[in-house]
Amino acid sequence: MTDKLVDAFTRALLDVDRLAAKQIVQNRGHDTSPVKFAEDVVLPALERIGAGWQAGTLALSQVYMAGRICEDLIDQILPPEDPDRKNQPKMAICILSDHHKLGKIMVCSLLRASGFDLADYGVMEVDDLVEQVQKDNIDILLISVLMLPSALKIKTVKQKLAHLGCDVKLIVGGAPFRFDDRLWKTVGADAMCRDASDAVSVIENMMKGMV
Amino acid sequence: MNQKSVTSMQRVLTTLGHREPDRVPVFFLFTLHGAKEVGLPIKTYFSDPDNVVEGQMRLLAKYRHDCIYSFFYAPVEIAAFGGEVIFTDDGPPNSGEPVIKTTGDIKNLAVPDVKNTPCLEMVLTATQRLKERVKDAVPIIGVVMSPFSLPVMQMGFDRYFDLMLEKPDLFAHLMKVNQAFCVEWANAQLAAGATAICYFDPISSTTITTREMYLKTGFTIAGQTLAKINGPTATHMASGRCLPIIDDIAATGTAAVGVSCHEDMALIKSVCRGKLSVIGNLNGIEMCRWSSEDAENHVKEVIAKAGAGGGFILSDNHGEIPFQVPDDVLMAISEAVHTWGRYPLDWTAGK
Repeated sequence: MTDKLVDAFTRALLDVDRLAAKQIVQNRGHDTSPVKFAEDVVLPALERIGAGWQAGTLALSQVYMAGRICEDLIDQILPPEDPDRKNQPKMAICILSDHHKLGKIMVCSLLRASGFDLADYGVMEVDDLVEQVQKDNIDILLISVLMLPSALKIKTVKQKLAHLGCDVKLIVGGAPFRFDDRLWKTVGADAMCRDASDAVSVIENMMKGMV
Repeated sequence: MNQKSVTSMQRVLTTLGHREPDRVPVFFLFTLHGAKEVGLPIKTYFSDPDNVVEGQMRLLAKYRHDCIYSFFYAPVEIAAFGGEVIFTDDGPPNSGEPVIKTTGDIKNLAVPDVKNTPCLEMVLTATQRLKERVKDAVPIIGVVMSPFSLPVMQMGFDRYFDLMLEKPDLFAHLMKVNQAFCVEWANAQLAAGATAICYFDPISSTTITTREMYLKTGFTIAGQTLAKINGPTATHMASGRCLPIIDDIAATGTAAVGVSCHEDMALIKSVCRGKLSVIGNLNGIEMCRWSSEDAENHVKEVIAKAGAGGGFILSDNHGEIPFQVPDDVLMAISEAVHTWGRYPLDWTAGK
């Protein structure tokens, strides 16, 4: 039954059919909590779409629209401050050093659609970012970049955070990391996401290690 | 053909005619390395066309490759529209805050006057002076952003997707403005001495949009735009995939296509054979950490897959070599092409 639901929901997202997607959410049944629905239907659908993009069978425009639709739908049944949102580490996301926001927007959409919550720092430079992370006592920092020089600056972020004694896990994503699968290690990140839907499993794995 | 008697121009024209020249042509699409070569910071380097002329000439001599790249940086077009260019010490200049912030900005957007916009004039001056230096011996590759791809820098990816998918009238208006600019900008570069125009169109790649969407948008726009450009063009996907739309790209009237390192060159070549020349597809990001041996192996692999029969120019997959790629790697690539790219490619038999 869940597989059929995921199929139908995936189809609605790929067709950019907001009404069909909304209907599936509304018909989920009283015994299915919003978080459970997000975990069992929304996330698998978004993961399928993300995998399709990685394999070259789907386009970024489809991944983007799917994330936006899901974020809207989940926000309606599970508002951002709802106590039902998952117990989670303190997380923040930013774009480092450039103005290309798409990756960050998609990861935010997807995490919120999956029941997570996180602070959005927007565009940051290294020193401001380090200061903000320390001030907010962040556990997991997600950094999105488009350009290689921005990716290389992550190394400095890592060094400065370590120098301040901040125990922050860094998750990185963006084009340079997809073109060099060793680059995330070079810059000192703890993990990388090949696409937005990777973020959920990466964070969940990290949370297991934090317990 | 005797390698010594063949100019880069002859080599490139032969391969574009889907015939085998003396060796595989190689395009190092250098922008930032010119600054390194003349010993200037990137911002200073691009502030004077003579720096770019000197940088390109030194790179041509040093790496023995087959083109001059008169391209400065992508946001030069954004600057022409009144936007901000942010320079860094170790990478390509980036566009700042989007010039289009509201739908009203699209309605009021004016086509920049190419001949009276200082940042564009510098590119045209550099092109003229490069042409005086190389004459017809080396092709000069000018660059335009496609009208369909430019909005990513004009307004940001996310809002552009929203516009494309949800506001067709405003999208059409933006395309009209961008097309007028693109045609004028391309033709000004050709008039200044560019041999051909590289039409960067990553948003048309299937990495970014579906073929269905492409046929309604980027495909039509490319066909209309390229028809008005007074010279040969190559379409570059700037690392995006394009295998499912190769026949469509050929139908836009372009002569060549720059392809992603994420695609199989043998498959790409088989689909393009006789229709489109293939440019690519070394991974510029990975190149930063290659050894000389890695460089040689990657060059051999791509030549083995795509070299036979001509219709192939070896290059990177993005249309710009990252500043971080070391000189010895670039030299190793050049040596490998000069060694393994000589036609006939007998060594590839059975591979």
